[in-house]
Amino acid sequence: MIKTWFKSGSPWIWLNAAAVSTCLIMVVGILGLIMARGAGHFWAAPIVQLSYQEDDGQVKTIIGEHVDTTITPALMAKSTGFKMADNEDVLVQYLMKTGNRDLTGADFRWIQERNIKAQSQPESLIVIERREWGNFYGNLTAVKEGENVIATGEKAWDVLQERLKVALELHEHIAHLEKKEIGAINYGLDKLRLEQRALELKGKWNDQTAKEFADKKAAYDVDYKKYQAQLGELYQKVRRDSLVATTESGAELSIPLSKVVDISQPNKMGFFTKVGRYFAKLGEFLSEDPREANTEGGIFPAIFGTIMMVIMMSIIVTPFGVIAAVYLREYAKQGFTTRLIRIAVNNLAGVPSIVYGVFGLGFFVYILGGSIDKLFYPESAPAPVFGTPGLMWASITLALLTLPVVIVSTEEGLARVPKAIREGSLALGATKIETLWKTVLPMASPAMMTGLILAVARAAGEVAPLMLVGVVKLAPTLPLDGNYPFLHLDRKFMHLGFHIYDVGFQSPNVEAARPLVYATSLLLVVVIIGLNLAAILIRNHLREKYRALEG
Amino acid sequence: MSELNNSTSQSSLNTAATSHHEKWRLLKDAIMRRAVTVGGLSIIFAIVVIFFYLLYVVFPIFLSASAESVAQYPVPEQSAGKTLFLNIEEQNEVAARFTDSGQVIFFEAKTGKTLSQKTVLLPPDTKITSVALASPLSEGAVIYGLSNGQAVIVKQQFKVAFKNDKREITASLKYPLGETPLVVDDTGAALEKIAFKVGDGAATIVAKTADKIRLTSIEKEQSMFSDEAIFTRTDSFLDMPAANITDMLVDKEDRNLFLVSDDGSLSFIDISKKSAPEIKQHLNVVEAGQKITSLTFLNGDLSILIGDSSGLVSQWSLVKDQLGKPAFEKIRAFKVSDKPVIEIDSEQRRKGFVTVDSAGQMGIYHSTAERELIKEKISTTAPLTTILSPRANALLFENADGKINLWKVENEHPEVSFKSMWQKVWYESYAKPAYIWQSSSASNDFEPKYSLTPLVFGTLKAAFYAMLVAVPLSLMGAIYTAYFMSPKMRIYAKPAIEIMGALPTVILGFLAGLWLAPFIEEHLAGLFAMLMIMPLGVMAFAFSLQFLPENIRKEIPEGWDAAMLIPVILVTGWFAFTISVPLESAIFGGTLRDWFKNELGIGYDQRNALVVGIAMGFAVVPTIFSIAEDAIFSVPKHLTTGSLALGATPWQTMARVVLLTASPGIFSAIMIGFGRAVGETMIVLMATGNTPVMDLSVFQGLRTLAANIAVEMPESEVDSTHYRVLFLAALVLFVFTFVFNTLAEVVRQRLREKYSSL
Repeated sequence: MIKTWFKSGSPWIWLNAAAVSTCLIMVVGILGLIMARGAGHFWAAPIVQLSYQEDDGQVKTIIGEHVDTTITPALMAKSTGFKMADNEDVLVQYLMKTGNRDLTGADFRWIQERNIKAQSQPESLIVIERREWGNFYGNLTAVKEGENVIATGEKAWDVLQERLKVALELHEHIAHLEKKEIGAINYGLDKLRLEQRALELKGKWNDQTAKEFADKKAAYDVDYKKYQAQLGELYQKVRRDSLVATTESGAELSIPLSKVVDISQPNKMGFFTKVGRYFAKLGEFLSEDPREANTEGGIFPAIFGTIMMVIMMSIIVTPFGVIAAVYLREYAKQGFTTRLIRIAVNNLAGVPSIVYGVFGLGFFVYILGGSIDKLFYPESAPAPVFGTPGLMWASITLALLTLPVVIVSTEEGLARVPKAIREGSLALGATKIETLWKTVLPMASPAMMTGLILAVARAAGEVAPLMLVGVVKLAPTLPLDGNYPFLHLDRKFMHLGFHIYDVGFQSPNVEAARPLVYATSLLLVVVIIGLNLAAILIRNHLREKYRALEG
Repeated sequence: MSELNNSTSQSSLNTAATSHHEKWRLLKDAIMRRAVTVGGLSIIFAIVVIFFYLLYVVFPIFLSASAESVAQYPVPEQSAGKTLFLNIEEQNEVAARFTDSGQVIFFEAKTGKTLSQKTVLLPPDTKITSVALASPLSEGAVIYGLSNGQAVIVKQQFKVAFKNDKREITASLKYPLGETPLVVDDTGAALEKIAFKVGDGAATIVAKTADKIRLTSIEKEQSMFSDEAIFTRTDSFLDMPAANITDMLVDKEDRNLFLVSDDGSLSFIDISKKSAPEIKQHLNVVEAGQKITSLTFLNGDLSILIGDSSGLVSQWSLVKDQLGKPAFEKIRAFKVSDKPVIEIDSEQRRKGFVTVDSAGQMGIYHSTAERELIKEKISTTAPLTTILSPRANALLFENADGKINLWKVENEHPEVSFKSMWQKVWYESYAKPAYIWQSSSASNDFEPKYSLTPLVFGTLKAAFYAMLVAVPLSLMGAIYTAYFMSPKMRIYAKPAIEIMGALPTVILGFLAGLWLAPFIEEHLAGLFAMLMIMPLGVMAFAFSLQFLPENIRKEIPEGWDAAMLIPVILVTGWFAFTISVPLESAIFGGTLRDWFKNELGIGYDQRNALVVGIAMGFAVVPTIFSIAEDAIFSVPKHLTTGSLALGATPWQTMARVVLLTASPGIFSAIMIGFGRAVGETMIVLMATGNTPVMDLSVFQGLRTLAANIAVEMPESEVDSTHYRVLFLAALVLFVFTFVFNTLAEVVRQRLREKYSSL
């Protein structure tokens, strides 16, 4: 029976089917993993309070969020040094996020389930998201204004909410002043310095220009002093209030409200409050700047940088890709040259992306950028303007990298345009370029779109070359802002993919940053899979359309 | 087609305005034709530019050095005595001549014009009987041994200052141990040979008188009560004959002393304990009958260069022998000339050196790369003394005819040779030759190790394990999807797998490094159990389907096997992981990891080739799957129907007809997949420890060419050797993938033609 079954070959077919299933499981599994971990980040987890017996026998209180569980068989646990009783089969351990890094030195700790003596979720527990030192877990005791206690006990929570609202507004105001207004002044002063240097180099620097510049500088100075005074006032206000809270060990800690981002009582929240909070947190994640060496806060600059880079890249890659495809399909005589070009295109697609990075760094940044600096920016020497990695070079490098995608896709689209349409147009007296421009290209435009979408998806996820040509872990300014000339192509930028690498592997506190990395990954995956699905849909739609045309 | 256009335009339109418009149209058409052609051809241009640019950056490392005479002039201030040695500063502007009458003459290196003259404070009625420079040369410390047993230590330094954007170099003489001469030999015997090292208020002096070798160590202590310094001094004698000693060297750590005697032997003495120097080794370092004619440290003082009368320069380095004891061993030799090598000058910042033989032939060499960079006749007679400038870009020497010569040397990248990149190299203080990549360190003395072999090895290892995972999965998947799967399922399954190719590799790398690596570390046994149990489970499930009642079996739709197997695989996978835990404890008495380590001696890195293999295999699956699936799917239908009609089973048709026909396509799929695995950066960067080790073990880390570039490129100095070697790594990757992709593309084009002819 088995023999004939094997002879029929059907076991092999089944094994092949198993390979497909495995691939599908892996695909879904990976997406599911990212989805689950990434999306869970924003959900307000309950805070538990445990009575925990430490190894030395003392019973202590632990307050924190449950993060992870491991189950180790007894034998293995023994071999790693745990004492196991005879009746214990497994060792269950929990990873707790206990926060309070400023007091205990660590955000996380592993505990053993068997040593937990009691467990509860008191509604009064608060979690404070701080600007420094990570989360705080504990109980609120009082709110202070300066040195005076203004509320304690039950009332403290409500008073705290009011005060915090004010403090956050003040903080926003301060950030606006520091970043926008004073940032603009600094930018202006720097511009002035460069202009002065340029005039000096040209030999046109004289008493008159010196006076003009001094006046301008004085004007900036007046503004600066004004903002400085405002800032001083605001800082005084924002530093006034603070809260007092007790930690798990009963120690009291005073936290100034200026250092607080958010305070919540997750154990008190109902389901709908949590949902509301979920979206609020998601919004913050998408729209705010990162904090604490990128391990907390939002990823807005990374999103912004990625989008800017992708737009710049699209502007460069589309014309070149389309022209190359038009040449291949419409102009070139099929033969040796086209074959050679096809091989070249294929090779461009197959060259490792890091090689593009190396090429971009050497050729674009150092050679082209260096020459541009010498020709147009002699005043800023020795500081490079374009002779250093930046947005422009990153976009051009990635345009080169994604060129094959656009070419292949556009060519496919051109090939699908029925011959009859071209011939019809030519027969009516149109020149070749008119035929192309007015009939063929519009018909192939969805294909170009597909190519562009795929190129964008590729560029958004590419990291290796960007590490060499312009991405940084923390960019102080966005490449687009309110200072003339608004678009700063020479600036370095942040990128989602690099953010994942950097936060996941280079940050000092990987454990704390992990949820954020999963969330960033989820965002990137959603965007890229979405773009690819869109490209597939457009392509399928296009095929249907031409099938109808041909029919 | 253009002819058609022309004729229509001429016949139908003849008014002036329209003909003008018509011309414009045609012009536009012609312009666009040119523009598009140029645009299309620029693709080839781009590939060519990338290639040649990489080559252009890499090329200088293969150039040899060049040297040319810049100036020649009579020795300045000839009356001040004969030259003992010369010195030149970093910018090659100011040079110094130290004479046997204790004068130091500073002169312009390009013209010989005297700038200033200084006198070393020597006691009256003494003669200089010996002189020595301390290592490293950049400190400019000089010792004069005198005829009355005294010695004077002088530090000569050049200072660079900028005044009104102009460089000004001033020279100075200082006495680090005070101006009073040191009494080295209290009997007043002349110091015939001398060697020393002077540091911050401390000095070690080795002096040879007619019959003794004396080791004097001086330490300066600042007195607590006055400004006066107190010298504490230790004296000892070496227990060996002094008469035939011809040369002495003390290293910069004043730990080792080397003595050369006229019979060609070298003595290595440990002087780290100043009161009790210990003679470690006596070695014959030249062939019988030959003499040691020159001796110097290679930069870093870890090895010494010995030139002999047969024209051989050998490098001896302190290596640990089998017993772990340090011993001197010859690690390489250069045949420099047929004449005696009278002088060897080491570069001060690299592991290169310049040799001069008695016939005035100069040679530049690099020790690590074992490279002869240039050989040039610089003089017709043996030069009296030579000095290589600190940047190793100028050579200053005095000839017997009383002329000083300045030569310019260009030698940018001596560190790299074919041997140093691809073969085993014996590095300083290593026990034996090895392949090592270690590109940079903070110190000047560092010997860069640019062996690309471990990186290429790592690249191929990672690619190999990735292919081990990817090829079976993707090819089997492609076979099933293209040939056996129901079209309805294919519509969803194919894009689902293909879309994973678009998943950013940074995410795969992140998951591999932070999720998969710890997971595998914990469930290693489970993974192996799964590999064994899963196929069995699938087979068992498929076999058991046979025994289902006929009517139920008929209900099962054809070509949905893969969908049915998903729960089976999940269950067997879960089963494997569950059962692995007790199995592991029972069979291996602990974890599998420990068992590997203790029983087989295979260490386990958390981020290893297995993790990379799985993660990168996953990244490559869509590439191979997609191309192979297309190749199999587009095998002409009449071939398969013919085979089936002749009575072959579907599997026979698949294996004997379809696979055979599609094999070139499958081959090209694997090639492209391999090319992708070789060049992948982020996954290997994140999922391996990036240690450039050469170890085939699946549980060890690795470093690939691509990851190496990503790690080191941002820190490498532009146009340095390191930078160019990284470009070479990129070029290697480029050429590698170029060959693979071109091959794959040619095969694919052939296949397309074949199908269309079928």
